[in-house]
Amino acid sequence: MKSALHNGREWLAAQRWLLPVLLLAGFGLAFAIPEYNLLNKYVQLVVMYVGINIILAVSLNLVNGYMGEFSLAHAGFMAVGAYTAALLTMKVLPVVAYPALFPVAILAGGLVAALFGLIVAVPSFKTRGDYLALITLAFLMIVKSLIENIDYIGGPRGIPGIRRMTTLPWVFFWVVVTVWVVRNFVYSKYGRGVLSIREDEIASDLMSVNTRRVKFLAFTVSSFFAGIAGGLFAHLLQFISPRVFDIIKTTDILIMVYLGGIASIGGSILGAATYTVLLELLRPSTVAALLSWLPAIVFEPLNEHVIKHLGVWRMVIMPLALVLVMIFWPRGIMGLREFRWFIPKRDLEAHHRIAAREEKHGAPHGH
Amino acid sequence: MALLTATNVRHCFGGLCALADFNLNLETGELMGVIGPNGAGKTTLFNLITGVYRASEGSIQFKGTELVGKTPHQITALRIGRTFQNIRLFRDLSVLDNVRIAHYAQADYSPLEALLQIGRYRREEQRIIENSRRLLAIFHLEALAGETAKNLPYGLQRRLEIARALAIGPELLLLDEPAAGMNPNEIDLLMEFILWIRKEFNLTILLIEHQMKLVMGICERMKVLDFGETIAEGPPEVIQNHPKVLEAYLGEGPVG
Repeated sequence: MKSALHNGREWLAAQRWLLPVLLLAGFGLAFAIPEYNLLNKYVQLVVMYVGINIILAVSLNLVNGYMGEFSLAHAGFMAVGAYTAALLTMKVLPVVAYPALFPVAILAGGLVAALFGLIVAVPSFKTRGDYLALITLAFLMIVKSLIENIDYIGGPRGIPGIRRMTTLPWVFFWVVVTVWVVRNFVYSKYGRGVLSIREDEIASDLMSVNTRRVKFLAFTVSSFFAGIAGGLFAHLLQFISPRVFDIIKTTDILIMVYLGGIASIGGSILGAATYTVLLELLRPSTVAALLSWLPAIVFEPLNEHVIKHLGVWRMVIMPLALVLVMIFWPRGIMGLREFRWFIPKRDLEAHHRIAAREEKHGAPHGH
Repeated sequence: MALLTATNVRHCFGGLCALADFNLNLETGELMGVIGPNGAGKTTLFNLITGVYRASEGSIQFKGTELVGKTPHQITALRIGRTFQNIRLFRDLSVLDNVRIAHYAQADYSPLEALLQIGRYRREEQRIIENSRRLLAIFHLEALAGETAKNLPYGLQRRLEIARALAIGPELLLLDEPAAGMNPNEIDLLMEFILWIRKEFNLTILLIEHQMKLVMGICERMKVLDFGETIAEGPPEVIQNHPKVLEAYLGEGPVG
């Protein structure tokens, strides 16, 4: 039974041609679903949130998983991207006449967020661990209070009335770009540099890795995609305010990363999807709808005393979930493992090819 | 021509000098040993050469390039490889990746080429894999390429650390107590091994050691440190009977 499952998995892992096919099918569906209303509007919305959260989790995993730091700044980068993109579409770019300018705004959001990422990377040269975590937390708070104090961008009231321009195909497109770029990064010398910094920074430096450059890159790529996600988020929710991008938002992304597993793109995808759906299931209206089959005599008191208050309890349940995952399931769903479809063929072969030719002369055999 | 020279190097932690008035002239192709009791300043010397510490005073030059003030990765990229006294592999990474990481400075492509998989990226990655596997094959580690480094037995971890240091493509190799934790039999094999890699990779080797047997057996020249000071220098025969060396190792006559 177990071995049949194992064989099945091995077989599936070998069918790499399926990945591009699934991608094409995914794009097709992303266009078809809203066009023909194949899913109801609410489910479509949840799917788009799943996509945005995948972008956030995969990009945060670069710093918190692969590099082994504990950054709390991700919601801050997301805010920068969201505000940049929203201001561009509302005040600068004529997106009503030219909707094709929407991706330009999203891209700009990512680039500005990446600039902020460069700033946060600087303290990481000298500082690690708890101290760097505190610095990233400070960054998050600075971004939030800056936004609150600039009246031009709405201050604490935020920006209402953003055009809804984020569509399923756009979300799908950016998810694919994020996964592809992060995957390319991870399997390059820079990605291996990031991993070696997590393992032993001094040894990494002594093996010729330019650790500063590698940290710069990791923070830049990570914050770039957080900014992209922010832009997509703003044009989906149609309203942003400083409160949307607070520590709770960062906590959400952290849970997705650690639930999915560190140093794993596949893990972050699964973590983001699982967590987003769970969160939706905890909404009072969803729970009420799911349990409405119960007899009224049970349902009414349940609804009155428990279900209606779930919104408050969310803030208790979710951080608690983060603590529990980190203690009892430190590896998450697939920590330090990866979907084999994501691993370059070159890497797979190099690790598993059995010595085809024994070198004619090797070192003297010791031990 | 001297490959590595150190002139009046001094390094102090607060008021305590771990190394003082240190001078060195290492010729290309030479195999030199640095010995001394615990705390004599041997590892400090390696950390000064490789830029982990910045010398308080003095100059260290490699092929005429000043090393003091450079960062470790800049110095390593000049082709100086090193191993560590207490093995410092990337424990959770594969054997292959340990060796691949050391190719960082040689891999000739930009971040953009890596992120978009264009230009020199593929060719360079392929070259790194080939070279890493060649090194692993030479050290009889090829079949373990996919294994996590921490799962290797101690002896193989030491071997992998040397393979990783050689992936730098070094002209100068710094070995920090390679015989630590080995029995006399294993030390015999290690001596043979060190002489073999020197020949095979055209190396100049600077070796720190505790084990007299190893240093006496293979080094052409030795330097003895004690409390940061150089107390003797010369070929093994001279060092063996040098009164100051005997004093440092065995203590000074009967306690008076």
